[in-house]
Amino acid sequence: MSTVDTARGAAGAGPSLRRRSRPLEIIITALLVVAATVSVLTTIGIVMSLVGPTLGFFQEVSFVEFITGGKWTPTFSDKHYGVLPLVVSTLLSTAVAITIAVPLGLGSAIYLAEYASDSARRTLKPIMEILAGIPTVVLGFFALNALNPILRDIWPGGEPPEFQNLLVAGVVMGIMIVPTIASLSEDAMSAVPRSLREGAYALASSKRQVAMKVVVPAAISGIVASFVLGLSRALGETMIVTIAGGLRSDRVTFDLSEGAATMTAFIANIGQGDLPVGTLDYDSIFAVGALLFVFTFVLNAVSIRMVRKFREVYE
Amino acid sequence: MSVTAAPVQRATPLGEVLTQKKSRPADTVFRVALVACLGIVGLFLAWLIGYAIYKGWSRLDSRLWTNMPTGRISRIDQAGVQSAITGTLWIISVTAALCLPTGIAAAIYLEEYANRERWYNRLLELNIQNLAGVPSIIFGILGLGIIVRGFGWGFSIKSAALILALLVLPIVIISSREAIRAVPQSIRQASYALGATKWQTISRQVLPAAIPGMATGSILALSRAIGEAAPLIMLGAFSFVTFNPTGLDSAYTALPIHIYSLLVQPQAAFQELAAGAIVLLLVIVLVMNSAAVFLRNKFQKRW
Repeated sequence: MSTVDTARGAAGAGPSLRRRSRPLEIIITALLVVAATVSVLTTIGIVMSLVGPTLGFFQEVSFVEFITGGKWTPTFSDKHYGVLPLVVSTLLSTAVAITIAVPLGLGSAIYLAEYASDSARRTLKPIMEILAGIPTVVLGFFALNALNPILRDIWPGGEPPEFQNLLVAGVVMGIMIVPTIASLSEDAMSAVPRSLREGAYALASSKRQVAMKVVVPAAISGIVASFVLGLSRALGETMIVTIAGGLRSDRVTFDLSEGAATMTAFIANIGQGDLPVGTLDYDSIFAVGALLFVFTFVLNAVSIRMVRKFREVYE
Repeated sequence: MSVTAAPVQRATPLGEVLTQKKSRPADTVFRVALVACLGIVGLFLAWLIGYAIYKGWSRLDSRLWTNMPTGRISRIDQAGVQSAITGTLWIISVTAALCLPTGIAAAIYLEEYANRERWYNRLLELNIQNLAGVPSIIFGILGLGIIVRGFGWGFSIKSAALILALLVLPIVIISSREAIRAVPQSIRQASYALGATKWQTISRQVLPAAIPGMATGSILALSRAIGEAAPLIMLGAFSFVTFNPTGLDSAYTALPIHIYSLLVQPQAAFQELAAGAIVLLLVIVLVMNSAAVFLRNKFQKRW
């Protein structure tokens, strides 16, 4: 090889086939790598910004009091730092949301994937896309001003719900995550091979039987992943619960008709003020933020895993 | 087993049985239930948009964009949201300038250069997927802890734009990757065969073919950034700002956070102005989303 190249080079005839060094290519590759590492730096930045103040927080508040205490009153003169009121109201509103969103999202996905004709899909899918694009501050406004008065009017017996309550916030969060669940579930169902459906039809199954007994089970890991992702979005949703869910956190409540601050609502509410750095109030935002980050991190990891599973099976 | 079973006696010929459509009530109910799911979602959407227009109708005139906000109830009649509109335009332009080049470059690296067998590339990919699911309020905490306090950038346009750029970066990367992946391998091979270098192939063949897909994803990402309130609330942009931003270091307000600060006021007049501003925000977001869908339908090539 090298003898041939040298011979050619010496003769000055024909192009050299040796790899030329191209500085531009190297510079561009380096720039692309730098751009790709921005996302890693973001994660490192998030973890770093959470860890410092959170450690500061736990120097003054015992971890046991934090996770078992039933009163969260950092802004009162009688300060308590038990995170349970925030966690319970977060889980309650998320439970309402997922109860609304799973049937609506899955039903829409089955219709779009299995029943709708191409033209019907083209007209129906934008509903989901528009809904996915509605800013959450608008959804919060709607929950507070449009939905809640109706809820209070039709409330069966007893005290009507408070002006801000977990039920109305949860319902609207449920509608918010319908597009997440519908689009990911539809993707999963579309990835199920046609042959499975045809096999079932050949055994005289109806469309409903094919959908429920063949397609949904075959796409189950993708469908569950969409639920988990929806759950994670509802846990982390801020504006709807801040506007319509209430801001009290001095007691644990399981009553959906009461207002109570979720973790995100607390962070947003306290974070608005110009808190002095290093105070316990300031650090408490980061401690609650760290807890929220851990929750959503675990859920995201689970959902990424499950999506990968269905991709492996059919693609 | 002998195979001489007697032929089955049927009351009706087999052909007729097979062509008869069996009525299955459960199937009909199921189908109706599925349509109802979509119907509920559609009705909710129509109600939401209709309600915002109805509530904000009295404020949908030129006062909205020519006048400045006020926190005083006595002057609410003359109040508008001009500073919030200009603030949103400023923030979104800077956000776009930051996140689009970075996101597209990262997508090119991951699709065209990265060797997926290497652990660090897999980590990069996992990191981006996970980042896409981190709640926006956590990005607000990042902004508060590192950008506002750490960098000392304060509550300025550049703080807000940087945080929103980081927030939507995973969306830009993921959608750009899909657009790049959709360009068939044969195009690249033809380009290499003509002696093009890797970057020449990417910049002259792959990127032009992927532009419609990348544009769709980028517009959707920016439309999400326009509607985000939670991270900006953490940064401190909040009270009634009565001037337009003048530069990157300027204080600001933006539509979603201004809407929030109107919503928390008890008087009905503030709620009406909030509804007017909501209609404006919805128009912006819906126009952007329709543009994205239009681009996707119009220019998407099927290879």
